[in-house]
Amino acid sequence: MLTFVLRRLLLAVPVLLGVVFVVMLTIDLLPGDVVALMLGEHATKDAVATLREHLGLDKPFIVRYLEYVARVARGDLGRSIQQNRPVAAELADAWPATLELTVAALLIATVAGITAGVASAVWPNSFFDAVARLGSLFGLSMPIFWTGLVLIVVFSLWLNWLPVGGAGSLNHLVLPAITLALPSVAMVSRMTRSAVLDVLREDYVRTARAKGVGELWVLGRHALRNAFIPILTLLGLQSGQLMGGAVLTETVFAWPGLGRLMVKAIFARDYILLQGAVLVFALAFVVINLLVDLSYGLVDPRVGRQG
Amino acid sequence: MNAWSRFRRNRLALVGLVLVVVLAVSAALAPWLAPYDPARQSLIEKRTKPGAKYVLGADEFGRDILSRVIYGSRVALLVGVLSALIAVAGGLLLGTAAGFVGGWLDAVLMRGVEILLAFPYLLLALAIVAALGTGALNTTIAVGIWGVPTVTRIVRGSVLALRETEYVGAARALGAPVTALLRRHILPNILPSLIVYATLFMANAILLEAALSFLGLGVQPPTASWGLMVSTGRDVLLVAPHVATVPGLAIMVAVLAFNLVGDGLRDALDPRLRGSA
Repeated sequence: MLTFVLRRLLLAVPVLLGVVFVVMLTIDLLPGDVVALMLGEHATKDAVATLREHLGLDKPFIVRYLEYVARVARGDLGRSIQQNRPVAAELADAWPATLELTVAALLIATVAGITAGVASAVWPNSFFDAVARLGSLFGLSMPIFWTGLVLIVVFSLWLNWLPVGGAGSLNHLVLPAITLALPSVAMVSRMTRSAVLDVLREDYVRTARAKGVGELWVLGRHALRNAFIPILTLLGLQSGQLMGGAVLTETVFAWPGLGRLMVKAIFARDYILLQGAVLVFALAFVVINLLVDLSYGLVDPRVGRQG
Repeated sequence: MNAWSRFRRNRLALVGLVLVVVLAVSAALAPWLAPYDPARQSLIEKRTKPGAKYVLGADEFGRDILSRVIYGSRVALLVGVLSALIAVAGGLLLGTAAGFVGGWLDAVLMRGVEILLAFPYLLLALAIVAALGTGALNTTIAVGIWGVPTVTRIVRGSVLALRETEYVGAARALGAPVTALLRRHILPNILPSLIVYATLFMANAILLEAALSFLGLGVQPPTASWGLMVSTGRDVLLVAPHVATVPGLAIMVAVLAFNLVGDGLRDALDPRLRGSA
């Protein structure tokens, strides 16, 4: 079991290094000379050259990459160009908001999605099932930013129940969280339905029923526990969807999180901040998937044994 | 009972197919279908509510929303179909290379795939678009590249599985070249899953392009992209909600169409794959 954990952890490291590499490479490919942009139109060639040397941008890519990795390992993510504050500080200010939003959305997605999925599986082809499946298809097809705007129109403009944007209270969290959760609810409910249906078809379920075991017991003890693994995988994948969706949701609702920070950084050509922000997202995703992987070891006894 | 008749029996899938056809017709015949020039401004009539003259209303510049939605279908379909082609082509190339050659190439490619898949979906596309620049073509390429890792994995999996089968082993023993193996054995087996994946991919591609354009990093004005229309409509959301909500509805319908067809194809082509709908 321990070897399993260690192996997974070790495998994550090259992926993280690769992520940093890709991020730096794409930023390097950004059109336009970043240094010239920073100094403005009237900068002299000497000034540009001096600043470039000062920032270490004249060194070859590999050198810069290795230096960046070393700095990140020490926790130094550089200084934001537009704010002239340490990137780490900017990110630290923003990430709690994003965490709040994504956790709320994940909770909604898990609870609503699994409930709907299980209900659909238990009463297949019923009216509820049909509505749920159609609803899921719609939920998957609605662009997040549009859902957010529609919710704003309905609940803020017409009904005046909830605020339009910003953060600060539970009221502010409701609409963004629901918006972000919706596609995930759809996906989780579909996946849960199919996973539970698959399990309910298995022989051991038939045996249990033949033995006279109560349906609730069959459901809880056998069906759910075995459906858990694909659902868990899905939740891990959904966290990636949620992070990407957070960028859009935060923009629509002016939610002060990492996503909005990232978009602002792109437009301000603040590549140092952008590097840090993308890195944090990718890191979080890798960690979450790692945790999902590790939890397999807990849920599925077959996994830990092979290591 | 073959796949097509199975597909035909699925009413939702047929609805999706009809919608896709409507989309395609709208894109192809846009200049004849649109009542007004999508770029024609009429500032005096800005933010007109939907009505007799402008069926879906007018936007902040007095441009007819219906016409812009019709023209927007061109961008949506272009990005959707082309990016799917890029993803499938790239994935086939890399997947077969990884599966057949194996060894170090396989290891390198798979690590690359893992790294690219470590990015949450929007961020990867954002990064590529940031590097390539904005605009319809670059957005298409970015979305296509975003899809390559997953297709590579699918193709590689199939290649690895089929490589071990007896008939492929026999063919190789008889000296069959790789290309023939590809054509005769591998491709026919992968084709159903690839078609299903490509269709569902197109749905997500349209969503992704809309998201990128919404953020201002995809298609640029004055080209009519649904995502861009939602973004500009956002400014007048509280005064004229139809400007932002109507194009979004178009996005949803288009994505739904491809999702329905993709689901239907999956159920029809491979009963083993069904179960998630």
